[in-house]
Amino acid sequence: MSIATVFEIVLAALVLGLGIWTIVVRETFSATVGFVAYGLLVALIWVRLDAVDVALTEAAIGGGLGGVLLLGAAARLRDADLMASKTPGKVIRASAAALSVLTAAALADAVLLLPDPAPTLAPPAVANAWATGLSNPVTNVLMAFRAMDTMLEKVVLMLAIVGVWSLAPDSAWGGRPGPRHQADPNGVLAFLARLLPPVGIVVGIYIFWTGADHPGGAFQGGAILASMWLLTIIAGLADTAPVSRRWLRFILVAGPCLFLVVGLVGLLFGAAFLSYPLALAKPLILGIEVAMILTIAATLALLLAGAPERSAKP
Amino acid sequence: MSFVRDMITIAAVSAGAFFFLAGTVGLLRFPDALTRLHALTKADNLGLGLVVLGLLPQAGGLRDGLKLVSIWLLGLLAGATVSQLIARAARHGESTR
Repeated sequence: MSIATVFEIVLAALVLGLGIWTIVVRETFSATVGFVAYGLLVALIWVRLDAVDVALTEAAIGGGLGGVLLLGAAARLRDADLMASKTPGKVIRASAAALSVLTAAALADAVLLLPDPAPTLAPPAVANAWATGLSNPVTNVLMAFRAMDTMLEKVVLMLAIVGVWSLAPDSAWGGRPGPRHQADPNGVLAFLARLLPPVGIVVGIYIFWTGADHPGGAFQGGAILASMWLLTIIAGLADTAPVSRRWLRFILVAGPCLFLVVGLVGLLFGAAFLSYPLALAKPLILGIEVAMILTIAATLALLLAGAPERSAKP
Repeated sequence: MSFVRDMITIAAVSAGAFFFLAGTVGLLRFPDALTRLHALTKADNLGLGLVVLGLLPQAGGLRDGLKLVSIWLLGLLAGATVSQLIARAARHGESTR
């Protein structure tokens, strides 16, 4: 047994243990911390499977932004003390357990009964990379071969933000999301929020740019940009923008709209919906991705900032 | 030449792993938040630093080396900031208790 195999077994056992602990532990805060560690370890598993693109996304969303979102939820739950006052009845708990067991069994069944070798479209995806001029097969699949899925995913992000905003009370509609954060302007957090964003913005754009040929892309880069924006907001250096601002809404729809326009132009003048002319494939993909990274960064940051709480007018 | 490089890597990464182990033991065994933080930051700063130092001879070129060093610097920045924030929260919690 090689060292790599031992490492993989230990990693898998750790992830399983952490997953169980996250479910069993009673405090929501502990469960959240467990979930963040779980996300980072799952990212390591993706690296072991040579799926670095997925690993980056898992670390950014599962470990990073998802963790922040859950921490906020845990803090609110602690305030409301919902967990202590209301435990679900036996029937609900039994049916939830039954549903979970069924889902787990179906997933296990699907994985264990895969034919060997598993059906794959990877060789044709790699063989047709010349058509776009990008050499990262994941970006090729996301932006060209299965661009439809990526476009719909951006629409889902937009629907999510509409869902969060719809929770706003009438008086705060169009106002600023989340509370105004106060922190010592000469403190450590404010210092970090001044020092880190220039570095983070460069790293975010680099991850986006390198996605053409190496692991990376608009989603991972956008998540980093979003976290830099959130850092300045949490440190009290900046405030969230009122959701009624036109530029903000423009950024939120820029990605899916440009995607849709390019797709329709392909339908009218080219072979099919979202078909790129060969000579223009790379510039078109790059253009869509530039719009998408802005949309993703703004959407993720606003999803974490929450529903509008404060009226835009002082 | 590659033998010397490998020896440097093995020595430095082992030393780094030792600091991570010691830091973890300290995190589990030390009595209060501040001493636990002390143990944790040793693992972050020295452990990660030594692992990066050990990986430098294996880096493909200057670019990869610089990337490794910047990972360490970012880790230092994050570790220092977070430990300050946690220490402040711990002291605040003690004074209000």
